[in-house]
Amino acid sequence: MNGLLDAYRAQFKVTFAVQLEYRASLAIWLIGTILEPTVYLVVWSTVARAQGGQVGGFAPEDFAAYFIVTMLVNQWTFTWIMHEFEYSVRMGALSPQLLRPLHPIHLHVADNITYKLLTSTVVVPVAILLAWAFGARFEPQPWALALAVPALALSFATRLLLGWTLALAAFWTTRVFAINEMYFLASLFLSGQMAPLALLPAGAQLLATVLPFRWVVAFPVELILGRLTPEQAGVGLAVQALWLVISLGSMTVIWREGIKRYSAVGA
Amino acid sequence: MASLRSFVRRTSREVRAVDDISFAVEPGEVVGFLGPNGAGKTTTLKMLSGLLHPTGGEVDVLGHVPWQRAKAYLRQMTLVMGNRNQLQWDIPAIDSYELNRAIYRVPRDDFRRTLDELTELLELGSLVHKPVRQLSLGERMKCEVAAALLHRPQVLFLDEPTIGLDVTMQRRIRGFIAEYNRRHGATVLLTSHYMLDVEALCKRVIVIHHGRLLFDGNLADLVKRFSPHKTIVVELGDDAGGPNGPGGSGGQLGERDFSAFGEVVTAEEGRVTLRVPKADTARVTERLLASMPITDLTVEDPPIEEVIEQVFASGPTESERENERAPVAHE
Repeated sequence: MNGLLDAYRAQFKVTFAVQLEYRASLAIWLIGTILEPTVYLVVWSTVARAQGGQVGGFAPEDFAAYFIVTMLVNQWTFTWIMHEFEYSVRMGALSPQLLRPLHPIHLHVADNITYKLLTSTVVVPVAILLAWAFGARFEPQPWALALAVPALALSFATRLLLGWTLALAAFWTTRVFAINEMYFLASLFLSGQMAPLALLPAGAQLLATVLPFRWVVAFPVELILGRLTPEQAGVGLAVQALWLVISLGSMTVIWREGIKRYSAVGA
Repeated sequence: MASLRSFVRRTSREVRAVDDISFAVEPGEVVGFLGPNGAGKTTTLKMLSGLLHPTGGEVDVLGHVPWQRAKAYLRQMTLVMGNRNQLQWDIPAIDSYELNRAIYRVPRDDFRRTLDELTELLELGSLVHKPVRQLSLGERMKCEVAAALLHRPQVLFLDEPTIGLDVTMQRRIRGFIAEYNRRHGATVLLTSHYMLDVEALCKRVIVIHHGRLLFDGNLADLVKRFSPHKTIVVELGDDAGGPNGPGGSGGQLGERDFSAFGEVVTAEEGRVTLRVPKADTARVTERLLASMPITDLTVEDPPIEEVIEQVFASGPTESERENERAPVAHE
């Protein structure tokens, strides 16, 4: 365990150094991260005002709170492995990672956490600023905020493992771009990033519930906003745990099979 | 049209990159792995290091099946590929080294000692503190080699470690490999297109071609077996054409015709190079000395490149031809 922590610490330093080398691109990414939810927020607030102050129980200040928290939850739990993994497989860059006595996912996790710590120093102050500017209304419950911590951890782990599972398709077809696009689109609609799930048609809500999307984003968001009862919170955490087990299982099996097919192209 | 057809109907053909190669390497040996491009050298190294799962056959390195990638195995071996890098491009190599130290769980004192030793042997100096992208190809390669050896592996798979490097840098890497082998008794399996690498480092060579083993033995035996010729170089006295002689054409130097002694490779400036069948070497030498005004005569093996070319051209050996007649299932 100590050895693993040591490796994580070393990767923290590497990621930190690399991200600082690319300050400009980091800044551009951050602008995108902040702009997207701000646009949704403005659109939905305008709709609410046009409809006499509310849409499906959401007033403009509720939309502000919702999208600001969604931005934070998404920033803390999203992964980008699918974008890198296909390249690694196709160009053989995976090879050196495979020859080290440590599963490549560990360095990815360490990389990911470092990136998030680093970006949080900007995203959190911006979130506070946005909340003030748009007059966001928060009614958080202390117990719910406490539960939000494990909920975010479960969400991060599940999204990471699902991302890896999908990325591993690269072992069979070296063009996983199409699969990724579908996943991102589904994620955008069904996880509540474009609109609160309560505002979606019943069919879409059902789909979001049976698939993991609701549980990895919308659930922690609603928990933080204090919109859930303790029972709903308990069910949510249980379903999250279930998805974690499913994604860990599928990732493990697919990794084991896929790695046999890795042809270390030109590597 | 062809690309459209293959878009609609994907066809795939099974190609055996490596087929039925068997060899054993003793601890501490340095073995050269030779073959033309596409012979299966890299594929074999990838299997030995655990990157590739072969469809059949057995491999045992240090008591491990490589592609199971047991941590205990990975800690004892390394694979260096001349055209690949593991170092992070944007940061100094020392930061990547530190990551490797943590991943391989090398105790800090050992790490420092090894790094000092590698810095000395490879003359790394301050290179490790510069961002990798600012290094020249040769400097980067030295840093890559150091990264691959920080955990003191016992087994080294080196795939073209000197590719694209200038002569000085090639010599330095070569000297380093020899020294590392000597100091730590490490086993080295090396591929290279530079015969100087092979001659300097490897007593034993394994030659593969089209995924099959053509030769496994001493470099000297390879030359003996695959080169039926010797090269005789003679230098003639001033009266025998000399610098003023017409030189060159038709096996003649000045007035004298050497084509009766053997195949004339070059003839110029009082110096003639002949290729003669090995068995005739003594007889031809004697005749030359008796009938020509010779001041100096040397008998040499042909250059190793020429021998290798000969090996590749010779195709499968007798036993392999038999195998082909009676196909064996390679599961």
